[in-house]
Amino acid sequence: MGSVYEALVEIVGEEHVSNQPEELFIYSWDLGTTEPHRPDYVVSPRTAEEIQKIVQLGNKEKIPVVPLGGGLSLAGLAVPFKGGMLLDLKRMDTIIEVNEKARYALVECGVSQGQLTSYLERRFPHLSHSEPGAPPTATIAGNVAIHGQGDLAHPYGFNSDMINGLEVVIPSGEICQFGSCAIGADWFTLHPLPDVGLFLGWIGTTGIITKVSLRLFPCKKIRGVAQFVVDDEELVPEITYKLTHTQMAEDIMATSQAIPPYTRELHHFTINIAADSEKELEFKLELIFDDTLGEYIRKGDGGFLGFNRGLQRPQISKTSDWRKGGGFEYVGSIMPIEKYPECYRRGREISERHGIPYTVLGRCIGAAHAMMFSWTYAFNRADPETIKHAREALHETDDLVLELGGTIWKPGIYGQKLVMERLNSSTLNLMRKVKQLLDPNGIMNPGNWEVIQRL
Amino acid sequence: MYALQYHENTCLSCRTQDCLIKCQYIDIDKECARREILKIAHGKDSFVLHDCVTCYACEEYCPFNNHPFYLIVEKQEELDIPPLPRPIIQRGINMGIPFRGEPVIEKINGTSLLLGAFSDLMFLIQGRLFEGLPVISRDPRKMFHYFCQLMYLHYARSSVIKDRLPKVIKTITEHGVTEVICFHDECYGTYASYCPAVGIEVPFKPVHLFEYLYNRLHELKNEIRPVNLRVAYQRPCSSRLSPDKHHFVQDIFDLIGAQAVEREYVDENALCCGGTIEGQRREGSRKRAAAVQKRNIEDMKNAGAEVCVFNCPACYNTLSQMVARNGIKPIFMSDLCRLAIDENPAGWR
Repeated sequence: MGSVYEALVEIVGEEHVSNQPEELFIYSWDLGTTEPHRPDYVVSPRTAEEIQKIVQLGNKEKIPVVPLGGGLSLAGLAVPFKGGMLLDLKRMDTIIEVNEKARYALVECGVSQGQLTSYLERRFPHLSHSEPGAPPTATIAGNVAIHGQGDLAHPYGFNSDMINGLEVVIPSGEICQFGSCAIGADWFTLHPLPDVGLFLGWIGTTGIITKVSLRLFPCKKIRGVAQFVVDDEELVPEITYKLTHTQMAEDIMATSQAIPPYTRELHHFTINIAADSEKELEFKLELIFDDTLGEYIRKGDGGFLGFNRGLQRPQISKTSDWRKGGGFEYVGSIMPIEKYPECYRRGREISERHGIPYTVLGRCIGAAHAMMFSWTYAFNRADPETIKHAREALHETDDLVLELGGTIWKPGIYGQKLVMERLNSSTLNLMRKVKQLLDPNGIMNPGNWEVIQRL
Repeated sequence: MYALQYHENTCLSCRTQDCLIKCQYIDIDKECARREILKIAHGKDSFVLHDCVTCYACEEYCPFNNHPFYLIVEKQEELDIPPLPRPIIQRGINMGIPFRGEPVIEKINGTSLLLGAFSDLMFLIQGRLFEGLPVISRDPRKMFHYFCQLMYLHYARSSVIKDRLPKVIKTITEHGVTEVICFHDECYGTYASYCPAVGIEVPFKPVHLFEYLYNRLHELKNEIRPVNLRVAYQRPCSSRLSPDKHHFVQDIFDLIGAQAVEREYVDENALCCGGTIEGQRREGSRKRAAAVQKRNIEDMKNAGAEVCVFNCPACYNTLSQMVARNGIKPIFMSDLCRLAIDENPAGWR
């Protein structure tokens, strides 16, 4: 193994590779409930060419390669289950280009959400990207790679739908480009070249994304959040549908939590609204809260809680405070919105069975085409019993997602197995062929999407 | 059980019907006002119960201190005429539930400042104005043990107030306080007006914050430098429960050299911040609130106010950004006073 270390030093320099136990220890942990696994090396490359060499080394030595972005998936997606080389990609943090007129940003894979937000606020305040609810250190590339969604999910869909181009180091070490950039043009569109779609949702098992061209969208001068509350979960799907019909919101979420008490058994819609003028803002507020939701207010079934200017990000991670010890993990699902009431009720049952204050959230994706519904379970990192309960609750929830007819978003190992058990056999077979073709030695983030049984 | 001390005969013999005649949100003549208040007293439905924006002002307008607003709220609850949608009421009622452990009871045995449910504004309590003054309810996790509950007047839930308030008073009393300076008008109104009106015993003396500030500024009189600001005061709804203390606003302004601008919507004629109105069930409530806010701020602007002075954190939350967008600086009264003694206001934003 000494020669591998030396080879890595040769590739990235001594300062950017480590096999020291204290650093390996840190990189063995995920923030969620996944058991830790120690890598053999931590490497921090700066360029796609360095990644290329690392991957070639991995193939030569049959050593796993595990890419790590912000490390915030919570589902253990970057835990080195079989050891090997953990690639911390945060040094690749250059915002290469913002094309103002074509509204896209070309970024390296280590660029974080907060970095891009801050950059745009300072230099292009009329442009924005769809920022997820994760802490600002979450990376753009990591998020699109897991089909994340952000606060522009309602008008524009999944963040992975906002890709204009990708650069990927595939397991053979080749550096591939996809989209208009592949023919030497600007990075302004992913279409209409033949669709290869091999790298999203695969969690780094088919290649390492090194550059992303991400669509940007108009950012209006006034951005804020209006709140609307109902006490009947059955109303959530129809209200969401009506809200999407207005096409006046940027983001629509419904949440319910046991703690704090004022959120208990209630469903709070947070509706992000943007406007360039007071006139536009008032027009949107009127259309949404007077014309569309007015009937619920007059009947006493729903309440307008006001509009506050400014966006507070993120909100959901505050859930980690509900229990001493600051841990939480959630199951995300992509689900028809009509399932919200059942998701809420069944999720509460699971939480209560495990003694965990319930926290659920549904975010509208597209024009009510689906929602990302999440069930969050808090635990005390210092208390193995609460971790065990959270883990069991997460697994039960994975089962529930499939039972209710949804799909698991960024599944961990347990969820991946459930999905593979149900996958159309031809699809599974195709995935095997793809995996065999791209990663014959099975070095890429092993343990995840194990479509090929290996010894 | 605690019962509102309301006297029908007082209304029968009243010649003014000021309670409703002076209402800024209901257009009503004297005859109609007399008829409606008696209908309410008899437990019958009245359009007033539906149209009330719960601004508290009729408590001040009544020349006989006969508690018309408390009566309206009790009857709204009794007749199931909630001014707010059901989920907002549930949300509000749940909000007052303490959920993060029991408070730590420090014995004070004297005078204390009570922050109530505004512990997160502890940063305002600093400097020479508050030197040596013990503070109750400093911990935001425990603040709902000190929540005066009077907010539920907006929710037509007198029953919740009567149910919870004795325990809150007991908690405060356990600190051994004799005098309680109430940070918020609402707390002062609770202990000085509501409790006597419904027969809840208060074993300490409530003191209005502005009275305290005025007296403290007097002690520091030699250090005052006139602020020379043209100010507008946003009078909160709960100030209507203690009209006898309202003069301290002007007294403080005089003392610190702040010039209260001449406004239409001032003192008895003050306008609500609109925070409660916008969530009400009545058709058009959101727009009604916006219109009131616009009138209010236009009035401040036209009068030449440079600064809008707040006592109530809820008013501040609702209006501070709006006044700021209109070129008027929002500031809490205590911060304005600190400015006058050459201290940096904690809440200047």
